[in-house]
Amino acid sequence: MSEVYGVILAGGIGTRMGNSEKPKQFIELGGRPIIIHTLEKFAVHPGFAGILVLVPQAWMGYTRDIIRRYLPDAAGIEVLQGGETRNETVMNAIRHIEKMGRLTDETIIVTHDSVRPFVTHRIIEENIQAAREYGACDTVIPATDTIVESREGGCITSIPNRSYMYQGQTPQSFAAKKLKETYEALSAQEREILTDACKILVLQGEKVQLVQGEVFNIKITYPYDVTVAKALLGMEM
Amino acid sequence: MLNTVWQLTRPRQFEAAFQEIETGGALIVRPTHLSVCNADQRYYQGKRPAEVLAKKLPMALIHEGIGIVMQDPSGTYAPGSRVVMIPNVPREESPYAAENYLRSSLFRGSTMDGFMQEYIATRPDRVLPVPESLGDLTAAFTEMVSVCWHAISRFDAAAHGGRETIGVWGDGNMGYFTALLLRARMPRSRIIVFGVSESKMNDFSFVDDVCPVSAIPADLQIDHGFECVGGAASGAVISQIIDHIRPEGTIAILGVSEEPVPVWTRMVLEKGLRIIGTSRSGRADFEGLLGLYESRREVPEYLEKMVGAVIDVRGIPDMVRAFETDIYKERGKTVMVWNG
Repeated sequence: MSEVYGVILAGGIGTRMGNSEKPKQFIELGGRPIIIHTLEKFAVHPGFAGILVLVPQAWMGYTRDIIRRYLPDAAGIEVLQGGETRNETVMNAIRHIEKMGRLTDETIIVTHDSVRPFVTHRIIEENIQAAREYGACDTVIPATDTIVESREGGCITSIPNRSYMYQGQTPQSFAAKKLKETYEALSAQEREILTDACKILVLQGEKVQLVQGEVFNIKITYPYDVTVAKALLGMEM
Repeated sequence: MLNTVWQLTRPRQFEAAFQEIETGGALIVRPTHLSVCNADQRYYQGKRPAEVLAKKLPMALIHEGIGIVMQDPSGTYAPGSRVVMIPNVPREESPYAAENYLRSSLFRGSTMDGFMQEYIATRPDRVLPVPESLGDLTAAFTEMVSVCWHAISRFDAAAHGGRETIGVWGDGNMGYFTALLLRARMPRSRIIVFGVSESKMNDFSFVDDVCPVSAIPADLQIDHGFECVGGAASGAVISQIIDHIRPEGTIAILGVSEEPVPVWTRMVLEKGLRIIGTSRSGRADFEGLLGLYESRREVPEYLEKMVGAVIDVRGIPDMVRAFETDIYKERGKTVMVWNG
C-alpha cells in the first residue's frame, strides 16, 4: 500500500486578520490554537505515515512548542519551513519526503489549510482514496452564490453557469512525485500565476477528481470567520 | 479535537454540530455501521411528547452500532480493531441494580448524544470486540439483540422451572430476536410465536409453532410469556398473555409504551403471576450474546436474514433517506453504512 503524508499548510502570515498579532492559524478557538484542532484531525486518522506542518521560519519553534504542549502523545509530526508561495510550500514538503527516501510513484500527500479545523474524517478518507485512484483530487462544495467575472474590475465580462461552479476547499491531494515533476516542468512565469496546487495539473491537462466537501469546512481568514467558527462550536461570543 | 455531531434539531431535521472531545485519554471509535431503532424513529418523527422533545433535542440519534478503534491510550484495543459499542454509560455501581437500570446511567441517543457522530469518545469498558465471523451488517444491531438476551436472562433467573411452553407475542424484530435466542438458550421448550402478519410469522422457521393473535385456541396454555409488541397494543397483548398463562407463570415485558397500560390485576393476583419489566442491556449481556454468536453459528445466520435496507450515508440527505426508508419497511433492520 502506498504511503500517505498529511501536509498542513500554515505558511501564511495572516495579513488579512486585521490587527491580530499572531498568524491566524495560531489564534485560539475553544481553548486551543486553530492549527492544533486541525492537526488533531490528521493525528487521529490511522492512514498517515507522517504529518508535515509547514510554517513561516519565525514560527517554527513556537509551532513545535504548542504541538508538544497540546499533542504530547502524537507521533510522526514534523515542523518544516514553508516556502515563498503556497506551491513552494507544498514542494518543500515533497522535497522533505524525497530527502527521507520515501518518495515513490505511489506516495500520496493530503495537503490541507491549517485554518480549516472543521475538516472531517470522511473528507480526509475520500481524499486519500481519490488520490490513490485518480492521482489528484480537490475538495469542493457546489457554489451557492452566482460567480461574476470581471476582467478589468469595472464591468461584468461574463456570468458562468452556476450549476458548473464549485467553491474550492481543502484538502487537495496528489500523487506527490507526479505533482513535483509537473511543477518543475513549468516556467518561472507560469509558476507565478498559480495560486492553487490543483491548477498545476489542470494547466497540463491532467484530471483532478472532485471530493465532496462540507459547507462548514470553512477557512478561518477574516475576524468574521472566527465569529462563525465560535458560533459553530456553540461558544459564547 | 473538534468532533462533528449530527444532531436531530427538530423532527425530520438533522444538523451538524461541533463538540470538543478530549483525545488525550479517551478511546476513540470511528462508527462504521449504525442501525436504526424504533426509539430513534419516535424522535425523528416527533412521536415523543412535545415536552420530551423540547428537553432532549438537539441530540444525535442511534444507539446500535459498530466501529473501528482509532486510538486507545489504555492499550486494551489495537487501532483498527472492530468493536461493538455499548450505549449504556454507567457512572456508579450498585450491588442490587444492573447498570442499565441505574437512574444515574446515561444512554446514547436518549440522555446523551447517540452514535451519529464523526468519532465516539468513550472508555474501554464501553466497547467489545466483534467476533471475526460476524458480518458488519448483522453486528450493527447487536445492541437490540442484547436487549432480548438481557430480558431472557432476567426471566431465566426469576421464572419457575416449568418451561414446557413459552409464548412470544410480537412478529416484529423484537419478537424475532427474542424467539431466536429462546430457541438457542432453551432448546427443550416449545416456543410459540403469536403475531398478526402471516408473512412475517413465516420467517419464524426455527420455532415450534406460530399462531395469529386473532385465532388463539381457548384451551391453549403457556407456562410463560414474552410481550414484544409495545405501543398502544401493549394492554391487549398483556391481557391475552394473562388469559393463556398457567398459574405462577412469568410475563416478561419488552415492548415500550408511551401511555399507561391497563393490566387486569385481579387475574395477576389470582394466578400469582410474576411480571418482569426489562429495558436496555449492559456489558454482561453483550458479552453473553457475542459468546453465543461464536458458539452457535446458526444464530447470526438467522439474524442476517433480518438485515433490511442498507443505506450509504455521507451527509444529511442520506441520513434523511435512511430514516424515511426505515419508516416504510415491512420487517428487518435498516443499517446505515456510516461515513458521516
